[in-house]
Amino acid sequence: EEERQLQANNRDFNLQFEYANNSIKTSKYNFFTFLPLNLFEQFQRIANAYFLFLLILQLIPQISSLSWFTTVVPLVLVLAVSGVKDAIDDFNRHKSDKHVNNRPVQVLINGMLKDEKWMNIQVGDIIKLENNNFVTADLLLLSSSEPHSLTYIETAELDGETNLKVKQALTVTAELGEDLQKLTEFNGEVKCEAPNNKLDKFTGTLVLRGEKYALDNEKMLLRGCTIRNTEWCFGLVIYAGPDTKLMQNSGKTTFKRTSIDRLMNVLVLVIFAFLALMCLILAIGNGIWEYKTGYYFQVYLPWAEDVNSASYSGFLMFWSYVIILNTVVPISLYVSVEIIRLGNSFYIDWDRKMYYPLNDTPAQARTTTLNEELGQIKYIFSDKTGTLTQNIMCFNKCSINGKSYGDVYDLSGQRIEINEKTEKVDFSYNQLADPKFAFYDHSLVEAVKLNDVPTHRFFRLLSLCHTVMPEEKKEGNLVYQAQSPDEGALVTAARNFGFVFRARTPETITVVEMGETKIYKLLAILDFNNVRKRMSVIVRSPEGDLTLYCKGADTILYELLHSSCDALKEETTEHLNEFAGEGLRTLVVAYKNLEEDYFQNWIRRHHEASTALEGREDKLSELYEEIEKDLMLLGATAIEDKLQDGVPQTIETLAKANIKIWVLTGDKQETAMNIGYSCNLLDDDMEDVFIIEGSTSDDVFNELRNARKKMKPDSFLDSDEINIQFEKSSKNPKVIPDEQANGVYGLVITGHSLAYALEGNLELELVRTACMCKVVICCRVTPLQKAQVVELVKKYKKAVTLAIGDGANDVSMIKTAHIGVGISGQEGMQAVLSSDFSFAQFRYLQRLLLVHGRWSYIRMCKFLKYFFYKNFAFTLVHFWYGFFSGFSAQ
Amino acid sequence: MKNKSSFLPQEGEAHPSRCPDNSAFKQQKLPAWKPQLTIATVLSSFFLTGSFCLSVGVSLILSANSIREIQIDYSDKCSDCSKLRENSSNWNKECHCSVNFTLKEDILGDVFMYYGLQNFYQNHRRYVISRSDAQLLGRNVNIQKSYCAPFTTYRNGTPMAPCGAIANSMFNDTIDLFYNLNSSVIQVPLLKTGNSWWTDKNLKFHNPKSHNLSSAFAGTARPPYWQKAVYLLDEEDERNNGYVNDDLIIWMRVSAFATFRNLYRRVRRIRQFADGLPAGNYTFHISYNFPVTKFKGRKQVILSTVVWSGGNNPFLGIAYVFSGTAATLTGFVITAIHLKLRKKKTHFRK
Repeated sequence: EEERQLQANNRDFNLQFEYANNSIKTSKYNFFTFLPLNLFEQFQRIANAYFLFLLILQLIPQISSLSWFTTVVPLVLVLAVSGVKDAIDDFNRHKSDKHVNNRPVQVLINGMLKDEKWMNIQVGDIIKLENNNFVTADLLLLSSSEPHSLTYIETAELDGETNLKVKQALTVTAELGEDLQKLTEFNGEVKCEAPNNKLDKFTGTLVLRGEKYALDNEKMLLRGCTIRNTEWCFGLVIYAGPDTKLMQNSGKTTFKRTSIDRLMNVLVLVIFAFLALMCLILAIGNGIWEYKTGYYFQVYLPWAEDVNSASYSGFLMFWSYVIILNTVVPISLYVSVEIIRLGNSFYIDWDRKMYYPLNDTPAQARTTTLNEELGQIKYIFSDKTGTLTQNIMCFNKCSINGKSYGDVYDLSGQRIEINEKTEKVDFSYNQLADPKFAFYDHSLVEAVKLNDVPTHRFFRLLSLCHTVMPEEKKEGNLVYQAQSPDEGALVTAARNFGFVFRARTPETITVVEMGETKIYKLLAILDFNNVRKRMSVIVRSPEGDLTLYCKGADTILYELLHSSCDALKEETTEHLNEFAGEGLRTLVVAYKNLEEDYFQNWIRRHHEASTALEGREDKLSELYEEIEKDLMLLGATAIEDKLQDGVPQTIETLAKANIKIWVLTGDKQETAMNIGYSCNLLDDDMEDVFIIEGSTSDDVFNELRNARKKMKPDSFLDSDEINIQFEKSSKNPKVIPDEQANGVYGLVITGHSLAYALEGNLELELVRTACMCKVVICCRVTPLQKAQVVELVKKYKKAVTLAIGDGANDVSMIKTAHIGVGISGQEGMQAVLSSDFSFAQFRYLQRLLLVHGRWSYIRMCKFLKYFFYKNFAFTLVHFWYGFFSGFSAQ
Repeated sequence: MKNKSSFLPQEGEAHPSRCPDNSAFKQQKLPAWKPQLTIATVLSSFFLTGSFCLSVGVSLILSANSIREIQIDYSDKCSDCSKLRENSSNWNKECHCSVNFTLKEDILGDVFMYYGLQNFYQNHRRYVISRSDAQLLGRNVNIQKSYCAPFTTYRNGTPMAPCGAIANSMFNDTIDLFYNLNSSVIQVPLLKTGNSWWTDKNLKFHNPKSHNLSSAFAGTARPPYWQKAVYLLDEEDERNNGYVNDDLIIWMRVSAFATFRNLYRRVRRIRQFADGLPAGNYTFHISYNFPVTKFKGRKQVILSTVVWSGGNNPFLGIAYVFSGTAATLTGFVITAIHLKLRKKKTHFRK
C-alpha cells in the first residue's frame, strides 16, 4: 500500500481496497494453535533447544549415560511455567481484545446514528465521539461542539503526556456541525500516506466538491487518545485497527545488551568448543581402551549389542560424554543472571535515596537487564535543559530598543544583588496579573505606563507571537498551557506588564492591552522548528495594520534584520552577551509591517503550498524565508533557567570517578558555557577551553587539529601509536585507544561546526580531540546530532555510554546510548518512556552509577566467577574420572 | 504500556506516597560481614591452614604406616590353575593351590582378610548399571525391564537370579588360611558374616519370601559364570544365604576404581589367635575359580589391620600434607611480596 484513498460514507468504494477493519488482535494464540506455536517459540531460545537436544541424545539407549528424566523434569518444568505464563498473558490479551473490540460507538449509517461495536467500524465511516470517550480509530476530525471546531484530547496513552492538546477541523468540514443530513451527504475523498508509526506526522488531502484541502496532524484524532472538554465531535475513519498509529507503534523494541552479556555469549561458545574437545579426547580414549582392554574384558562385560568395534564404541561414547558433561555449558546461567538482575533493579526501585519527595517520584529501573553496565560508564551525555537545570523559566531581563531592563541599582548607581528583601514591582494596576510573577526593575513599568511605543510593541509581540493555550475557568483566573516553558514565561511576563493574552481561536487572538480588549486577526503562523529556530505570526490589528511578529534565536534572526537597525543591533548584542554571560536564555524579537498587496499574494501561495502533497515542507519553508526578512529589531528577552539541586557536586564526584561528561544542548554557546561554569564542568583551573565554531569544513578541521596539537603535540608524530594503527588499517572503523592529554582541557563546539565535524573525514579528528578533553559541551545541537555524537563515541571508543535527558529532543540520544536515563520532570514523558532508568533529579545519577552500578557489577562478577568455578569443578571431575573408568561415561 | 498509563492517575490518589519502604532489606542495610583483608589476617589464615593441614596429614600418614599388612599376588603362583581357567569350558573342574608365607612378627589386633583385583573395571558405566536392585530386594519383578542385559535371561526365558553383569562376575575363589605351628596345621578361624554394611544387609538386600529358600528361587537359574545357585551360597547359615550372602553383598557394592580390594573374611580372635596372628609360617589354601589372566588382571589376597583412620590408604594423609605445604608456601610468597612492596610504598606516599 503506497497511498491510501478513501471516500467518506461510501463503504462499497472503500471495500475494494481491502483496508483492515477496526478489530484488533494483540493475542498470539488461539485454543488450538497454542501448544504448537508456544512450544515452537520456546524452543527458539537456545537454552531450551539445548536441553531438547540433550533429551534426544538420552533417549538413544546406546548413548544415554544418564536416565532421561534428569533432563525431562527440569525441561518440562521450565516449559510448563513459561507456557502457563504465556497462556495467562494471552488469555488476558484475548479478554482485553474482546473488551476493546466490543466497545460501543455511534456510527452514521444511512443518515442515522447507530450504536455499533468498535470492531465493525470500517475505513470511511463517520463516527460520533462524546466527551471522555476513547478515540475509536485514527480519525480525521470533521466537526465538534466547541467553537471553531476545536477538540481537546489527552494523549497519555500515546506519549504519556497528560496536558491537553487541541485539534481543529478544517473550516469546510466544521460547517457540517452535527447536522446528520449534511454529514450523510458528505462525500469528501481523502488521499493520504500509507499507515506508518509516526505519531506526529500526517500528510494528506481532502477533495470536496472539486476543492483540495490540505490535511495534517492537527486535524487527526489518533486512536488511544481520549476526548476531553468537548461535548461531541465527528470524525472520518482514516486508519482502522492494526493500521492505526497506536498499533503500528506497539511491539518491536530493540533489546539493549550489556557487555557482560556479550562476554557471556563468547564464553559459552568457547565452553562449547571446550566441551567438544573434552568429549573428543574421551571418545578417542574410549576407542583405545576398548581396543586394548575392553575387548578382553568382554568375559565379564560384553559389548553392547550392535557395537562391533572399538571405534564405534568411541563414537557412541562421544555423545554419552556430551550428555554427562553438559553441566559445563552454563545454560542455566542465563536464567540465573536474569534473576540476579531483576533483584538488583528492585533495589534501585526501592532506594529511598533516589526518591524525590517533591513530586513523589521514586527511581525506576525500566529495563531490568542493564544494571551491571551502570558500573562501567565512561561517558555521560547530558542534556542541559530540565536535566542539569530545573526547566523552571522566569522572565528575568530584557532589552528594549537598546535599553536594558531587569537589574536593580541603588541611588549611587551600584548594581544590587537581588534577594528576597528586594522590593518587587507592583502590578496592582493590572487586574489580570499573575501574582506569582516577580520582577524588580521599576523602570520597565514606568516605561509601559508612559506609553513608550517600542516597549508597548515589545510586549504586544510577546502576547501575540506564541502557541500558548489559555484556560480561563473562572473570570480573570487565567492559566496558560504552554508547550515550552520559555513561551509560558514570556506570555506571563507580557500579561503582567499589561498585555494580557486572554483567548485564542484559530483565526483571532484576544489581548487585553492596558485594560482595553483588542481582537487581532491571526492570518498565519510560521511555526517553530529546530532548523528555523524562530517563529512568526502575521496579524491584522483592529486598526487594520498588517504586522509580522517574529521571535527566535539571535544568530538566526540577526541575519534577517533590516540594515537600518544596525546601530540598535550592536547595543542589543552587548546586552545579549551580558545576559548570556549570566546563564540566561535569550531570544531576539523583531517585527515587520507588511504591505497589503504583497501579503495577499504571499498568502495565496502559502495556501497552495500547504495543500501540496509532495514536498510541502520544503515549499513552506521557502515561503517563510521569503517573508521573514528585513525585520525591524525590537529587543531581546532573557529568561533565567535555574540549576537543579546538587548538580555541581554530582558532576565533581562523577569527574573524580574518571567519567567524562559531555553536555549536549540546544542552547546558545554563551548560555551553555555559562551553565558549564556554574555547574563545575568548566573551571578556571583548566589549561584551556577550546571553542570550535568554524563555519567551513576546513576551519573546523584546523581548529580541531590545533586543539589537539596543544593537548598532545606528539600525537602528530609518525611514531605515535594511533597514527601507526591508522596507516595499517586504512578503512574499517576501528577502536581508538584512550589518549592522555598534558593537562585538563575543555572543548566547546557549536552545532554548526559539529555538523561538519560529524562528516566522514572529520569524525576521527573530532573523536581524538574531544575524547582527550575532560569536558565537552556541544551547543546548538539538534536532537539528531545528539544521537550522532553518542553514536560516534560508541563507534570509536570501546566504552560504555550513558545518555541522560528529560525531553522529547533527547529521545534519540537516550535510545542510542548503551544506557538511557530519563528525568521524570517537566517536559513530558517521552524521554522516560524510552529510557532504561528514570528518576526525578540529576543528582541521583551519582548514586545510580557509583553505588548501584558498582554493587550490581561486583555481585554479577562474583556470581559468574562462582558459577563457572562450580561448573568446571563439577565437570572436570567427570573428565578426570573418565581416565579411570575406561572412558565409559560413568 | 496501555494498561500502565491508564491507571496511573487514579492510583495517585489511593496511595498518598510512592516513597519506598524504609526497611533494612529494601535499603540494603541488612547486617553483613565484610572482612577487610589485611596482610595480618591473610597471612595468619594461610599459615594457620597450612600448619593445621600439615599436622593432620602427618598424623594420618604415621598412623597409616603403623598398619601391618601382608599382600600376596597369587594370580601367577597358581599358574596351572590360571591356564585352566582361561578356557571357560573347564568351569566345573576344581583347581586348588596353596601359597605359603611367613610372619616374622605378630600381627596384633583385628586382622582383616581382603581379596584384591587389578585391572578389573568394576567402574565401567555399563557394568555399574547392569543390576536389578528390585530383584535383590526380593521383589517379584520383571527383570526384562531392568538394565541387566545381556545377563537377564537364558535363551529359554528362565530369568537369572541375580541378574546382571555385576552379579555374574562375582569373585568366587575360596581362600582358607592355615597356621603351621611346628608340624601341626591349624586352620585359622575366619568370620564370614558381619563384613558388609548394616544398611546393605538389612535394607537393600532381601530374599524373596517363601517357606524355604530353594522354593523362593524356583523358576530362576544361576548366572552363567556361577558354579552354584544363589540359594546355595552358604548352606550352613540361613541368614547368610541367597541375596543376603555377605560375599555377594560386598561384591555388589562396586568399586570406584579398576584396582580395588574387598573385605573377604575377618580373623576370629579365639584361642591362639586371641591377640591377632602370631608370628610363624602360614599357608593360603585357594580354590582357584576366578579367571583374571584373560583380561590381563591380577588378584591378591591381603591380610591387614586397621587403625583409627581406616585401612592402609595413604591418600588422605598425602592430600593433607600437600595442601598444607601449598598453603604454607603461598603464605611465604605473600610475605615476600608484601615485604618487597612495603619498601616501594614509601615512594608513593607524599
